[in-house]
Amino acid sequence: MLHMEKTSVRSWFSSGELWIWINAAAVGISIAAVGGLLALIAVRGLAHFWPSDIAEIRYLAANDQETIVVGEMIESETLSMAQYRDSTGDASEFPADQEIVRRWLIKTGNRREDPPDFEWLYEYRFQAVAHPESLAVFERMEWGNAYGELIAVLEDGEVVAGGEAVWPEFRARLSRVEEIRDQIGEIERGEFNAINYELEQLRLDRRRLELNDRLSQAARSSEEASITEAEEALQMRYLRAEAELRALIDQRARDSIEVEISNGAILRLNLAEVVRAWQPNQMSVAEKIGHYGTSVWLFLSEDPREANTEGGIFPAIFGTVLMVLLMSVLVTPLGVIAAVYLREYARQGPFVRLIRIAVNNLAGVPSIVYGVFGLGFFVYFIGGNLDQLFFEAALPAPTFGTPGLVWASLTLALLTVPVVVVSTEEGLTRIPRSIREGSLALGATKAETLFKVVLPIASPSILTGIILAVARAAGEVAPLMLVGVVKLAPTLPLDGNFPYLHLERKFMHLGFHIYDVGFQSPNVDAARPLVYATALLLVLIIIALNLTAIMLRTRLENRYRGVES
Amino acid sequence: MSEENKPIDEAAQSVPAPVIDRAAEDKDREPSPTSLLVDKLSLFYGSQQALVDIDMRIPQKEVTAFIGPSGCGKSTLLRCFNRMNDLIDGVTVNGHVLLDGYDIFAPEIDVAQLRRRIGMVFQRPNPFPKTIYENVAYGLRIQGAPPKAEMDEIVEWALRSAAIWDEVKDRLKESALGLSGGQQQRLVIARAVAVKPSVLLLDEPASALDPISTLKIEELIHQLKSEYTIVIVTHNMQQAARVSDNTAFLYLGELIEFGRTQQVFTNPQEQQTEDYITGRYG
Repeated sequence: MLHMEKTSVRSWFSSGELWIWINAAAVGISIAAVGGLLALIAVRGLAHFWPSDIAEIRYLAANDQETIVVGEMIESETLSMAQYRDSTGDASEFPADQEIVRRWLIKTGNRREDPPDFEWLYEYRFQAVAHPESLAVFERMEWGNAYGELIAVLEDGEVVAGGEAVWPEFRARLSRVEEIRDQIGEIERGEFNAINYELEQLRLDRRRLELNDRLSQAARSSEEASITEAEEALQMRYLRAEAELRALIDQRARDSIEVEISNGAILRLNLAEVVRAWQPNQMSVAEKIGHYGTSVWLFLSEDPREANTEGGIFPAIFGTVLMVLLMSVLVTPLGVIAAVYLREYARQGPFVRLIRIAVNNLAGVPSIVYGVFGLGFFVYFIGGNLDQLFFEAALPAPTFGTPGLVWASLTLALLTVPVVVVSTEEGLTRIPRSIREGSLALGATKAETLFKVVLPIASPSILTGIILAVARAAGEVAPLMLVGVVKLAPTLPLDGNFPYLHLERKFMHLGFHIYDVGFQSPNVDAARPLVYATALLLVLIIIALNLTAIMLRTRLENRYRGVES
Repeated sequence: MSEENKPIDEAAQSVPAPVIDRAAEDKDREPSPTSLLVDKLSLFYGSQQALVDIDMRIPQKEVTAFIGPSGCGKSTLLRCFNRMNDLIDGVTVNGHVLLDGYDIFAPEIDVAQLRRRIGMVFQRPNPFPKTIYENVAYGLRIQGAPPKAEMDEIVEWALRSAAIWDEVKDRLKESALGLSGGQQQRLVIARAVAVKPSVLLLDEPASALDPISTLKIEELIHQLKSEYTIVIVTHNMQQAARVSDNTAFLYLGELIEFGRTQQVFTNPQEQQTEDYITGRYG
């Protein structure tokens, strides 16, 4: 017994038990870190869409005057006396019987009528808090939410409903306005967009005609006449569409509402300004869940408003996914062909080893350096020359000689090509010699062996490279700011005008959107939840892209299982 | 890899060989025309000589076995015949190998074309990770695939030739990697046969197989020799004695003795051959 006790500590160490514990702890910390990160952005981001109740607070202001504050109670924090003094500059107000005070951030909205739209209120000054059912939130196209009580619906300035009947009347008229809004959107995005696009093409045609000095006078004037004719036809179309649009805009402006806000003022809102309205204090949980779903959907599907702090982020989602897909399409052939050359064709020696080391080191170059290179080489040099050669008519306005989708994708493809090269090479190395010899012995050439046997077996490794490339590219922001991403892109890079995919256009990106909303926004409190929501969405999109590729890889791995043993 | 693919040579030797009266066969036989003629063939890996002035006449539609201790050059010699050594850096070959009178090392020879004439089966089964059907069809597809019906016919014929049709006919669309080692090796033979070569090179085809599979391969070799010239490398002398008509004994890159199997095994002309066969070294 004694002998055993003496050695037990040593044997416990040498048994490797400690090592296992260290392993487990490392894994645990990693999982906790990732889980904590995801939980934080998920909770903060998802809470933003919940229709919280509107409180009506009777508040004793600093001058001992009682005011009424209406708004959503967003969050609270506690302050010690020192902190209180630091924030107010005067501790004499601090309640003597308390060690700490609680203060609330209230979103009071009504930014145009009663700024600021966020206020900190001290709880010890609350006289009473009520949640009257009549209070409503009006989400507006501009100036953020309005909070107040709906008192009347007006048509052409005449009151048509008040009292009990006001909400049904309002809802009916709001859905009419929504229909008109959809029609207006269709005209703007469809007909107007098409007319503008064609007019621009005609302008370029005319410019091309001017630049072309080999044309005879007769041919020139007949060309010019046909361009003018087409332009006139388009002008007619434009006028018709414009008249239609004006009529719709007039119709949309017919109805308005009157809302009584917290300071007693009557706010008149044209229904054209109202996106939607709800009365959270009288909604059941089921209704709130329904409202929550709608809010999330609007966030995902709408264009941003108000310097990106309101509305949705659809263009950024679209831009991110399209850019990553384009990047994958560009990086895969580049990386695979380079790896095939290095592994299958190049004579193995010090030179190839040097190239391999160089390629591996490219993965460590800071991404902003790629951004600078992309701007200098792709945008200014290649893009500028493309403009000289093919888009002379549009000069001096650049077509490809300015940051755009294709340059961003190319830059990121360059950034991620080492990852694809390395994992493809690894896959090629693992294929046993006997498989290649089997194909060659049947009379296949080296190229046939490569395409029919070797590359299919290496495809899971190629996909691993693409997965890593996508994960890296989707998260990059710094180089994109130089080569194509903008705060607000007027049009998507994909639309109904030939050639449908506009590679030269600038685009929006979720990563840049986070930076822009979080740090460039004038309204910090309104922007913060959006930063979390956008970050969550970016993570989800990367996970979705990766999962797709991983599922594809698993299928391929199952098919080629057993070859590499 | 699974257990059945491990070499179990002792066990293989204990399996009774098919009883074939070689002496009787040899008496009735006309001397066969030459398929491969090896003329002063030397091969160097860099500066190291692996084959020394080999002269040899491999007859048509017979089985010729190469025996010898490990590293004696028997596989290297075999791989000269379909120019597989081309794939290795730093190999130089002097001398000639004539296939039906044409020098296979001549510059105008299309190597891919040559390899279609001379099929090869390797030590370890190496089916492609494709379906059984596609494995057999592979060589044909490379030459430009025939119409579907004809392809089906050739695949069935090749699989029957390799005595594996009955085992796989219901799962042609399944992966070839699901077959056992012995089945995979016969599938690989079917794959080689499908392109209709005139010569089949077998590089220790049974060394990774269990005794039953080995026996099946040996029976198959015996059937195939009516259609193909077969050259087999083996380190198993019993196997050489069982399946071959001619035996070449190589030692340290030199051809020590070449003759009818019956004669080499019962009455070797060289002392070295006798020592090897009787197990004194190797």
